[in-house]
Amino acid sequence: MRLQWEPAQDAHVLLYPEGMVKLNGSAGAIMSRCDGVRTVADIVADLERTYDLTGLAADVSAFVELALEKRWLELRT
Amino acid sequence: MSAAAAVPGAVGPPLWLLLELTYRCPLHCVFCYNPTEFARTGAELATADWIRVLREARALGAVQLGLSGGEPLVREDLEELVAEAHALGFYINLITSGVGLTEARIKALKLAGLDHIQLSFQDSTRQMNDFLSSTRTFELKERVAALIRGHGYPMVLNVVLHRLNIDHVGEILAMAERMGAQYVELANTQYYGWAWLNRAQLLPSRAQLERAEAVTQSFRARVGNRMQIYFVVPDYFETRPKACMSGLGSVFLALAPDGTAMPCHAARMLPGLELPSVRTHGLREIWYESAAFNRFRGEGWMKEPCRSCPERGKDFGGCRCQAYLLTGDAENADPVCDLSPHHQLVTEAVARAERAAAAPARIEQPLVFRDHRTSIPLVPGPLAPRR
Repeated sequence: MRLQWEPAQDAHVLLYPEGMVKLNGSAGAIMSRCDGVRTVADIVADLERTYDLTGLAADVSAFVELALEKRWLELRT
Repeated sequence: MSAAAAVPGAVGPPLWLLLELTYRCPLHCVFCYNPTEFARTGAELATADWIRVLREARALGAVQLGLSGGEPLVREDLEELVAEAHALGFYINLITSGVGLTEARIKALKLAGLDHIQLSFQDSTRQMNDFLSSTRTFELKERVAALIRGHGYPMVLNVVLHRLNIDHVGEILAMAERMGAQYVELANTQYYGWAWLNRAQLLPSRAQLERAEAVTQSFRARVGNRMQIYFVVPDYFETRPKACMSGLGSVFLALAPDGTAMPCHAARMLPGLELPSVRTHGLREIWYESAAFNRFRGEGWMKEPCRSCPERGKDFGGCRCQAYLLTGDAENADPVCDLSPHHQLVTEAVARAERAAAAPARIEQPLVFRDHRTSIPLVPGPLAPRR
């Protein structure tokens, strides 16, 4: 699984064996912050700071859960 | 190159690029989709040509790269091509029989940036694997599977199913599990190329297909999401056609070994489609402006019943090559669709398969193995299969 920015699609895409998922802006913003070091709380804080928003925790958690289920992400403990 | 160019903005980039680097292959599989006349196609592109194509495709927005054939490992410049593709930012899939994948080459490919290897097996048994490919490759494939896993690649197995091996699906899945496969494609044969020639022997019966699906389903339930299993039903058993290539000229661009550009793997067979070559044209011009790539874009080419069908935006009328092979006219609805006036061509083929499966001794035409010498006199198109 690889995440990269594709200018031709103006989006982050996830690349995996014989497949590709084009991420929308929010998903791209979250996924591109998943670096194996930061926690969900770190990412929420970063997003809220970057986009000058509050109350993103529920949305981010919901997406992370979906991404775990789809195996776009794995949990490092 | 003339004809109506694509409306700017209406056509997206060729996101998926497939390079069929060579038609040479150590295997002789009876279900191969390569053109039966492959021996009469032109010389393979040189390394520098492929590298130019990679750069042009990436500049257009291509990102998924398939390296296939034939057997791509027979190209000695494979590592060089992979390194270039990696530097350009492609996600690189190698689609291989495993023959030629030594420890030294897998190391070099990994170093060059290869992302993924899809290994084909013909069956779970040595006997059938070796018979179907007309080689002794079963043990070699097992060793290669271990090599792939050992080098940290996700283990992706592809097994092409048909009448002769579909009853082994349980054993095939058990083999995949033993090998630590993460993805398994149980791809039922679709009938193009050599498979079209051998259709009478390869098309399974409906009972076989249903058993195989049931076995796959219960296996899935047992292993959970540890193993992703894709079961591709043969078109002939469907009542609606596949959205072939998401529409020709929409996202997929394939290049044959001689540099012929194709909107699908099999498009070479379509009469009147003057396929451009990367030897003489740039990829941007080929993708956006060539008559061949614009031929089946949009809906203007459709005939009834597709033209007025509410589902035409979903399946784009199905597969042009299947329409041509079965009806002789590439503009017809894919006869897999039960709204097609030619649908009985598909149901009759299935009925014949049922009878043949019940009485195998009555099959007159022997299996034709994919082979260079056999290929020379073969012509593509709807004339080929005898009953």
